[in-house]
Amino acid sequence: MLSASSAERFWHLPVDAARHGPAMDAHLLLNLWIALGLIALAHLILFSGLIFRRRASQPVHILVLEYLPLSALTLLFAALGVRSEQLWAAQRYTGADPAAMQVEVTGAQFVWTFRYPGADAAFGETKPMLIAPAAGNSLGIDFTDPHAADDIVTSQLVLPAGREVDLTLRSLDVIHGFAVPEMRLKQNAVPGQTSHIHFTPETPGEYAILCTQVCGTGHYRMQAVMRVLPADEFDEWLRMRELRR
Amino acid sequence: MKIFSTHHRAVGFGYLAISAVAVGVGVLLSLAMRAHLAWPDWPLPLHGPILPEEYLALVTMHGTLMLFFVLTVAPQSGFGNLILPAQIGARRMAFPRINAASMWLTALALLVLLAAFFVPGGGPIGGWTAYPPLSESALAGPGQGAGMDCWLASIAIFGIASTMSAVNTLTTIVKLPCEGMTWQRLPLTVWGWFTAALLSVIAFSVLLAALLLLFCDRHLHSSFFLPSGDVINGVLLQHGGNGSPLLWLHLFWFFGHPEVYIAILPGMGLTSMVIANFARRRVFAYKLMIATTLLIGLLGILVWGHHMFVAGLNPFAGTVFSISSLAIALPASAKVLSWLATLWRSRPRMTTAMLFALGFVSLFITGGLSGPILAQPILDEYLHNTFFVVAHFHLIMAMAGVFGLFCATYYWFPLLFGRMLSERLGKVHFWGTLLGAYATFLPMHLTGLAGEPRHYARLNGLAGPGTTLLEATQPLQVHITVAAIFLALAQIPFLLNLLRAWRSSERAAPNPWVATTLEWAPESEELAVVYREPCVYSESGEEFLAQWKSEAAINSEAE
Repeated sequence: MLSASSAERFWHLPVDAARHGPAMDAHLLLNLWIALGLIALAHLILFSGLIFRRRASQPVHILVLEYLPLSALTLLFAALGVRSEQLWAAQRYTGADPAAMQVEVTGAQFVWTFRYPGADAAFGETKPMLIAPAAGNSLGIDFTDPHAADDIVTSQLVLPAGREVDLTLRSLDVIHGFAVPEMRLKQNAVPGQTSHIHFTPETPGEYAILCTQVCGTGHYRMQAVMRVLPADEFDEWLRMRELRR
Repeated sequence: MKIFSTHHRAVGFGYLAISAVAVGVGVLLSLAMRAHLAWPDWPLPLHGPILPEEYLALVTMHGTLMLFFVLTVAPQSGFGNLILPAQIGARRMAFPRINAASMWLTALALLVLLAAFFVPGGGPIGGWTAYPPLSESALAGPGQGAGMDCWLASIAIFGIASTMSAVNTLTTIVKLPCEGMTWQRLPLTVWGWFTAALLSVIAFSVLLAALLLLFCDRHLHSSFFLPSGDVINGVLLQHGGNGSPLLWLHLFWFFGHPEVYIAILPGMGLTSMVIANFARRRVFAYKLMIATTLLIGLLGILVWGHHMFVAGLNPFAGTVFSISSLAIALPASAKVLSWLATLWRSRPRMTTAMLFALGFVSLFITGGLSGPILAQPILDEYLHNTFFVVAHFHLIMAMAGVFGLFCATYYWFPLLFGRMLSERLGKVHFWGTLLGAYATFLPMHLTGLAGEPRHYARLNGLAGPGTTLLEATQPLQVHITVAAIFLALAQIPFLLNLLRAWRSSERAAPNPWVATTLEWAPESEELAVVYREPCVYSESGEEFLAQWKSEAAINSEAE
């Protein structure tokens, strides 16, 4: 097998900058190599079966040709399944650490908007009838709610490296798909409900946020930037945002 | 032949004509999409540049045409009507008038769908899955008004027609087999049509309910799929109630996943029979093949949630649907093993029909093995709605399905038209199509792994890391488009072949493939009787016992 990075290049995988990413990539690559190997093996059997001289069909027991290989495949898929459930459970079965940083992500045709709760660590209430993008309130934040006063609304998702983040996903209009390929992250933002996804960005850099659920004419341009900063630079950024407000 | 004939063959040819129109349009739409992805600034001749909403309409209409009007109609209704009665020794389908009516309804559904291109706003843009709230309101985008209404009406008509047709197929298989045609003696093609018809009755009834609810949401201001406080395009939608878009996803995929098995099961059955026929062997593990066909049908209605791993379900639901989805790989693998075992050291006769059956096996293996990857939620989180999925279902459903259709065409052409298709042109057609199919769809796995999402009208042109990420796939995009054009051109030998056969006066021999199943029995006034299971050959493969040959006839031939 190739080394991890050349394997990722072979399969065209992008950079992996999340803490949960390497384990997931290893499992993905394992799956891809197994699939490729089984495809090659099946075709080899197919071609040799076609090329070799005809032989009267031997009365081979069904056990050998069907149930033995099927048992092997059952074990294989069960093992891959168990490993993937471990990874899935680690990421999804429990919520984020209570100390995780809270950011709200809202999808609307064709913009991602991000909201930080500010010093009070609580988001102000939002109301659909207050949505007024022209007046600078695209999320419909109710400013009579005291929690709303220190909320910070941004068009970039700026995060500190190495700290767990708990994203609250919402949509104002249609279903959007919040996806960050380089963070190996995807979760739909569904109107009428909130979803959570938590992860830890590891490597500072700028990463693409895409929409992966067709949402209308501008679906392809519903992109945003996730900017991961070293912790001290992030603190500085946050302080500047709070000052500017 | 009368136009409004209720004869099952006339109905079958009607269905194939519908599919032929749909596949022609569907291919042209896909070529326009591919050209746009590879060369986004190239203006389409006679049209001009492709706008984002036009691109999405192309995607939506391509998917709807291909999945409903080609992959569902042609194998199940088209070849089902043409071959099924003869294969079970019936002279007709159970309900000829319902049969003809459902074919004409399907034709109407096609016209209504194609009309979407010409209504104000153009075709719908939400993909063939029509997720709400995007599909709820004309406010959501161009094409979501009259175009979406056309789509809804078309699929509703199609669903009614398919349900009628499935009831007809089921009744025919249960009530009309000739004397001696027991369940175990039914050819695997019949088992494929039977299971697909069962799935159709279950799946389309749920789809019809979902379509009705969506219609109510759109025009009667109900909110089955619409949450309260939804603001689309700056307008707060004033519907009563507080619904959930996820309900549509459940209902749609409860239909949608069985639907893809409806598309592929007849092809699986035919592949088994054609491989056995040209390998001059019994189908290995025949009863297991029947069981796996039914098992695929059963599991097929229990896996819908794997389309919703990241849709906002409880993560435990992801685990449950992951297990059922991985489980379906086992009956599918059992089928592949039977095909390999039947073929092993058989030195089969490589007719064009046989080549397409082998191509089906190859594509089924290659497309199928990415299935268990997508069935694991943690991997699907990365791959969901990327081109990896597009590659998966185009290989296993679209290409394998189409290879099944070509196999059926080459195999049954002498039966249906009394003429042979040219083997030489057929082989050119096969190799071109196989090469084109792999060259087009294999690289899509890589662009998907690189992160390319579905339904992106453009991959470049924006500033930022998104364009950097997606632009890296540009060389592969050009390769895929060129391969798709090659794949389309590779169908020219097939059209020439049809033309040549139409003009030729050469008659095909009766039973030219020395087949054992009943559709090839010499025509006689007497009612057919079946004496044995299909595919009974001598060890050398030279002698065979057809299903219709009585022991008395065999003995008298021996003397």
